Parts: sequence; C-alpha cells; structure tokens
Amino acid sequence: MHELSIANSILEAACAEAQARAGMRLTKISVRIGELAGVDPDALSFSFEALVKETDLEKCALEIEFMPRRHECGSCGQRFVVADFETRCPKCGTAETTFISGNELEFAHLEMEEI
Amino acid sequence: MNQIPMAGKILKENDRIAAELRTAFHVHNILCLNLVSSPGAGKTSLLERTLESFAPNERVALLTGDLQTDNDARRLARFGFPVKQITTGGTCHLDARMIEKALADWKLENLDLLLVENVGNLVCPSSYDLGEAAKIVVLSVAEGEDKPLKYPSMFFKSELLVLNKIDLLPYVPFDLAKAREYALRVHPGMEILEVSCQTGAGLPQWREWLNQRRERQLLSYAYAEHA
Repeated sequence: MHELSIANSILEAACAEAQARAGMRLTKISVRIGELAGVDPDALSFSFEALVKETDLEKCALEIEFMPRRHECGSCGQRFVVADFETRCPKCGTAETTFISGNELEFAHLEMEEI
Repeated sequence: MNQIPMAGKILKENDRIAAELRTAFHVHNILCLNLVSSPGAGKTSLLERTLESFAPNERVALLTGDLQTDNDARRLARFGFPVKQITTGGTCHLDARMIEKALADWKLENLDLLLVENVGNLVCPSSYDLGEAAKIVVLSVAEGEDKPLKYPSMFFKSELLVLNKIDLLPYVPFDLAKAREYALRVHPGMEILEVSCQTGAGLPQWREWLNQRRERQLLSYAYAEHA
C-alpha cells in the first residue's frame, strides 16, 4: 500500500504548481497510471480522498487515466494493446514485439478556477 | 475553468535521486542490483550463499531493507563484507533517498558490487527506482506458480527471475514449467534461473550470471563514455 505516499507526491507537486498562480484554486488533478506501474487506481483514489478530506482541497478531484500496456511490432510496425499478456502482433503474428507504453506514473494536466 | 498542462513524473523527486545514484555508480564502475520478492522467498538466503562464495578481498557491499529489526543485517554481516540495515519503520518499499542516506558514509571507490535487498513485497518496490542497473525477482516454489500473472509489474521490470527452493519441488504442487511460461508471458525474453539455497543446486549458474552481468555493466559504462 504505497498509494498513500504516491497520492501525497501528487498533491505536493500540484499544490506547488497552483501556488505559482495567484488567485487560482485547484479543481482537478489529472494523472496517467500505466497498467505496469504497480499502482492500484482504486487505492490511489481512496488515498487521495483521505488526504484532501476536510482541507482546502476537499473539492479538488483526482482524475486517473488508466494506460494499458502497448507494444509495437518489430516486423510490420503495428501498434497494439496487449490484452491477457498476448504480446504477439495481432496483424502479422510476429512474436518479436517491443513494449512502448503502459508504465506511466505521470501528470497529465491540472484544472483551476478563479477564487 | 482553466486547464493547465502539467508534465512530469509523479515520483520525480525519487527519480531525481535515483538518477544521481546511477551516475555515482557509473563514475565508480559499480554494479548495483535490487533484489525483490514476496516475504520469505529467500532473498536473504540467496545473498548469504552469494557472500559465502566470494573471496574476502571482493569489493562487495549490501543494503538490506525491512520494516523492523536488524536480523537480516546480522545474518549477512557474518561474512565480513560491509552490510547496512535500512529499517523503514512501516514503509513497504525502499526509495532512492533511503539508499542515498545509507551510502552517505561509505566510500564508493572501494566497491565493485552493491546488492540491495528490498522489503519483501511484490507490489510497491516496483514503483521506486533505486538507481540500480537491474532488478532481480526471487520466487520460491513454496508460492503459487501464477505469481507472475498476479504481480505483472514486478516481473515485467525485473531482468532475472530466480526460482528458489527447488529442493522442495517433490513436496509442493508448484508447476515449474507453468511458472516459466507465465513469467515469459508477462516479460518475453526474461532470464530465469532455478536454485536451491539449501542444496546449492543452481548456485554456480547464479554466480556465473552475476559475473557476466558485471562484465556487461562495465561494457555499457565504457560504451556510454565513448558515445
């Protein structure tokens, strides 16, 4: 259960960004979490809500964009989502495919409103 | 409403320190390996057998993480190499800052190999880069062979899978072929070794892997300097 410390890192970085903009208040933090990031989105939402509860940020929402594992075929160049650990290319059947994304633990954007 | 793009990693502070550590390991030609597993898979036993096989002049050191106690450090200190316990006090993983702090009073120029034993946990340590060259995941045959499918993140991010306690195979329902198949499904091309820290089976192959991995790391350091 490291989602609490990750939620805390998200809040710290987003608040630092918001403080740099006078007269604005954070309403939403949007992040991308990859399938292979080792972070459970539900536990992250739960931790985030627990952290902002009864604080100035209580109205701030956390939006999690779940990023599936994606591979690229070394033979035909097809890019595809890996479902059920099937890493062979769905187009040409090649077994040699390369991981391209699905390990994200990153910010997407913030939403703010005027106070 | 204003939308403001915000780029960057969520764990950027950890990643920054990990990058500094990686640079320091490069400068001193150190191979750093991060051993991960669930609790009780045999990380400490594997390290004991590894240290036992080193000549006393080998330049190796260990960091070992646990929530509480210095039991592992005491087990590992018997071999005469520098060992430091990192007690996380409840945190379920090691992070880069803990490594940085633990290394602060060690002279890196005296080291060739740094082995880090992470907290026993197959989830959380996968998110934290410690500056290591590679993660090694240890899975014992006393566990389920479907662990790679249940915890794909850790198996995906580890370069080598060490299947430990193979001496127990006659007594447990563990399906070795399935375990290999599952690991390779999650991580195609993953290297896999089978060992028993009790009987010593597979340990020479593990030592050979370690030697070759170090050679490979030194080559990649040399290559990076010329690139």
